[in-house]
Amino acid sequence: MASTDMAGKSVPAFLNQNPKDRILVLGVPLPLLERVCLYVLLAAVVVLPMVYDGYDIYEFGKILMYMLAVLGLNLLTGFNGQFSLGHSAFFAVGAYATAIMMDQLGMPYWATIIPAAAVCFVAGFLFGLPALRLDGLFLALATFALAIATPQLLKYDGIAHLTGGVQGIVLDTPYPPGWVDSIVMSITGEELSLDRWKYMFTAFVAVIMFAGAWNLVHSRTGRALIAIRDNPLSAKTMGINTSMFKSAAFGVSAMYTGVAGSLFAIMDEYLAPESFTFAEAIKFLVGGVIGGIASLFGAIFGGWFVLEIPNIADLAASSLENYINNPQGLTGLIYGLFLIFTVYVMPMGAAGLAQILVHKISTRR
Amino acid sequence: MDLFIEQTVSGLASGAIYACLALAVVMIYQAIDHFNFAQGEMAMFSTYIAWYLMDDAGLGLPFWVAFFVCIIVSFIGGAAIERIVFAPISDAPVLSHIIVFIALFSMFNSLAGFMFDFTPKQFTTPFGHEALIEGVISWHRAGMVGVTLIMLLLIYAFFRYTPIGLAMRAAAAAPESARLVGIRVGFMLALGWGLAAAVGSVAGMLIAPITFLTPDMMLGTLLYGFAGAVVGGLTSPLGAVIGGFMVGILENWMGTFVVGSQLKLTVALVLIIVVLLVKPAGLLGRVVVKRV
Amino acid sequence: MKLLTTTMVSAAALAVAMGAAEARNAPGVTDKEIKIGNTNPYSGPAAAYSSIGKSIGACMDKFNAEGGVHGRQINFISVDDGYSPPRTVEQTRKLVEREKVAFVFQGLGTPTNSAVHTYMNKKKVPQLFVATGATKWGDPKNFPWTMGWQPNYQSEGVVYARYVMAQNPNAKIGILYQNDDYGKDYVHGMENGLGDKAGSMIVASESYEVTDPTIESQIVNIKNSGADVFYNVTTPKFAAQAISKNFELGWAPLHLLNSVSNSIGSVVSKAGFEKGQGMISAAYLMDPTDTEWHSHDEFKAWNAWMDEYYPDGDKTDAFTAFGWAVCHTMIKVLDQAGDDLSRENIMAQAANLKNYRAPMLLPGIAVNTSPTDFYPIEQWQLQRLKDKSWERFGDIIDGAVGSGS
Repeated sequence: MASTDMAGKSVPAFLNQNPKDRILVLGVPLPLLERVCLYVLLAAVVVLPMVYDGYDIYEFGKILMYMLAVLGLNLLTGFNGQFSLGHSAFFAVGAYATAIMMDQLGMPYWATIIPAAAVCFVAGFLFGLPALRLDGLFLALATFALAIATPQLLKYDGIAHLTGGVQGIVLDTPYPPGWVDSIVMSITGEELSLDRWKYMFTAFVAVIMFAGAWNLVHSRTGRALIAIRDNPLSAKTMGINTSMFKSAAFGVSAMYTGVAGSLFAIMDEYLAPESFTFAEAIKFLVGGVIGGIASLFGAIFGGWFVLEIPNIADLAASSLENYINNPQGLTGLIYGLFLIFTVYVMPMGAAGLAQILVHKISTRR
Repeated sequence: MDLFIEQTVSGLASGAIYACLALAVVMIYQAIDHFNFAQGEMAMFSTYIAWYLMDDAGLGLPFWVAFFVCIIVSFIGGAAIERIVFAPISDAPVLSHIIVFIALFSMFNSLAGFMFDFTPKQFTTPFGHEALIEGVISWHRAGMVGVTLIMLLLIYAFFRYTPIGLAMRAAAAAPESARLVGIRVGFMLALGWGLAAAVGSVAGMLIAPITFLTPDMMLGTLLYGFAGAVVGGLTSPLGAVIGGFMVGILENWMGTFVVGSQLKLTVALVLIIVVLLVKPAGLLGRVVVKRV
Repeated sequence: MKLLTTTMVSAAALAVAMGAAEARNAPGVTDKEIKIGNTNPYSGPAAAYSSIGKSIGACMDKFNAEGGVHGRQINFISVDDGYSPPRTVEQTRKLVEREKVAFVFQGLGTPTNSAVHTYMNKKKVPQLFVATGATKWGDPKNFPWTMGWQPNYQSEGVVYARYVMAQNPNAKIGILYQNDDYGKDYVHGMENGLGDKAGSMIVASESYEVTDPTIESQIVNIKNSGADVFYNVTTPKFAAQAISKNFELGWAPLHLLNSVSNSIGSVVSKAGFEKGQGMISAAYLMDPTDTEWHSHDEFKAWNAWMDEYYPDGDKTDAFTAFGWAVCHTMIKVLDQAGDDLSRENIMAQAANLKNYRAPMLLPGIAVNTSPTDFYPIEQWQLQRLKDKSWERFGDIIDGAVGSGS
């Protein structure tokens, strides 16, 4: 049952990162294969806005946005072994940070990303401090409570002059800067559509953040995080400052999910407390788990899944329409079934499944 | 009457609700060493079953018949969930369990709305809503406190005096060792789930006459229930009941005199975090030393 | 008219290939069909409202069975947004850009409609008769493509305020409201209606969250403030709780119950008739559970339709009557639009309803719009609970808000 592990305590040996230099897939070393995958994805990200426009490209942008949110959770849970059922709160912090900077300070949307990221990092770090003393299960409880309390915190009258309270905030449209417009104009001869620009902006941020996560996970720090996850005690004896790393991991995780929130605010141009409920936290968890919680690539799949699952549920619902009354009410049931299915059949998510397949191919010779 | 006293009395009244649910939380924590995030939704679903048994549109059974049938159905349902859903992943780490809890949460919530729709349902009480002491407590609330205390006694006696209760604790806390001394761990876990579901169903049936029955009746309530259990100590049924009442009173005091009614839920959040940090064992709980 | 002609000129080239009628019409309109989009919370915390979407669907089925509108069938596409604003954006864009609906009708909820408010107006797609009572939907100057339907929440607050002022200018009012846009709008309405006296007359104002298990602590506070008027701005579950709790406390103020929760079947009877005697509420729709209407022709038509087209529906659910009435209003607009089903004309006809009596509106109440008046229903009548039904009293009251007052 070694492979049932999700937080990665007894992962099969071949999935541990180090020996993979020696693994060849159809004659190609695995790291190279991963790199190729990465470049293919990157190319796709660049090509998409040339092909698609309108609702399609908007959807791709949302996938990248959710990818970042899920990535935040993956960094925390998958790589550091801490649980969170409350990432909707950090998503909200990022979104509101951006919205307030635009609304109150009149900052341009693109300038808010970095300060919003910093705010989220600090928020996450601070929440991570008490969380240090909480065991996995208790941390889940504390974050569960956080997620449920978030919408009413956002509505609180004391900060309503900033957050817009129950009315939410309508944001300015994020028009592309003039130079981008003129470059696109000179190349294609067409005006850049708003949807395409929103996507390009989102993709730009998402790619940088993804690259950052990639480097983090493959660095000394990343290995320290993984060591803490796998065996906190021995990590400590090896001289890793466990509490520092754990709080920092919480901060980084909150930062990723928070930046996703910022992008969400810019993309939808509107925020309300109803956008940050416990259901949103469940969404991120579902995305993380189904994509593969201990995988960066998994977050991409997870982001896609988060966006698509309501559509899948809708589809299932409409095909049942003739048999039962109100099939759309079953969305939650379908969520649940997917989760249980994943835990049973592919405990390491889609990414884990892919890794196993790769391993099968590489050892077949 | 003085506002302070009135708020305290009203806090005790809602505290009774939290105490009920906190008891269910402790029950499952004793039985499986986990929180069940789906506990509230399971209790809500049980309550719908009881409603269906009682309502004229359903089977139209008398209250007490429906009450006990519902407890039995919930017990079987809880045990079945353990056997079907959790037994196959018993070796999996905590995260897998948490995910399945969330899955169950989502499924029960969705199913309840699907099967019984979303309009609030009236849930009858056998005690009546008339005042027992004018302006202080109604018969239903008195009955609710009474039933909660009876449950408390039963649970306390079960864990304290029956060998099976002890075996259950052992199976939850140290499954490997328990297996070695001949305890049927799987059976114990199923039993624990069944009992927790039964306790939850009683809580649901006591709460519903006050809050009315809707699919989302438990989301906020469960948080207060958790807070009650954490304050009282997760290993102590008596602590949970006391904790539940304390949370009810504290919530009202804070809501009225300190933070205003907008932040009442936040009080529960802060309470959970502070107690977990400062006194993780709660008021009456045992300190559990984890061996590494 | 100028707008229309320019559209026609620019479309002329296309018209040669496609036929004049089709070029002029909105997307989603053919000779046989009109595609209408809708978002509703079929799942999630606000799913109790989904019976509105379902009853509109069933009502459209009835019109289709009777031959549609000018020979065109209505294709009513209602999708789930779970009351989550980002989801509403996704679903609405999908309806407009992929399904190519002619317009969106009766999207439900204030935060959800707010999320697509700018989008719809930029795209120039009608966002018709949104199912929310916020005041912001009647702003033809800035948002010419959006229109509400039901009387707005603030106007109802004004109606109560005037009633209280007339009864007792020195009343002390205690307010219980849901902490969201709906609750706050009602409170604003009351404050506007009281004018300068709001500060002295409102002695307590307590909010609750939808996730709160009970509202008892709040009621204790309101009672203790010495209020003799209780302004109850709550959704059905909490309204029933409040009625019960007042009774339990032996507190009998003048109870003003907001129309959101004045259904006999799903609120008052569940709390208990004896607990609610003398409550005052405002109404604009017939309550199908009120026996007073059972001999009324419009009720009979509604009842027959429920039996035939929506048998799973709950007849005690006032939302079914709401859906029935708003669906008729929509059909009326399409009927007026005739064969010119351009988005401009549909919007123009929606803003050109003169004294239209949608079925199930209270006698004497009608739908009225104009290019400067985007509040279709602005009338109320007060009623008092007596025995097991509401007893209406006084004249039909105009509660116009937003444009003035």
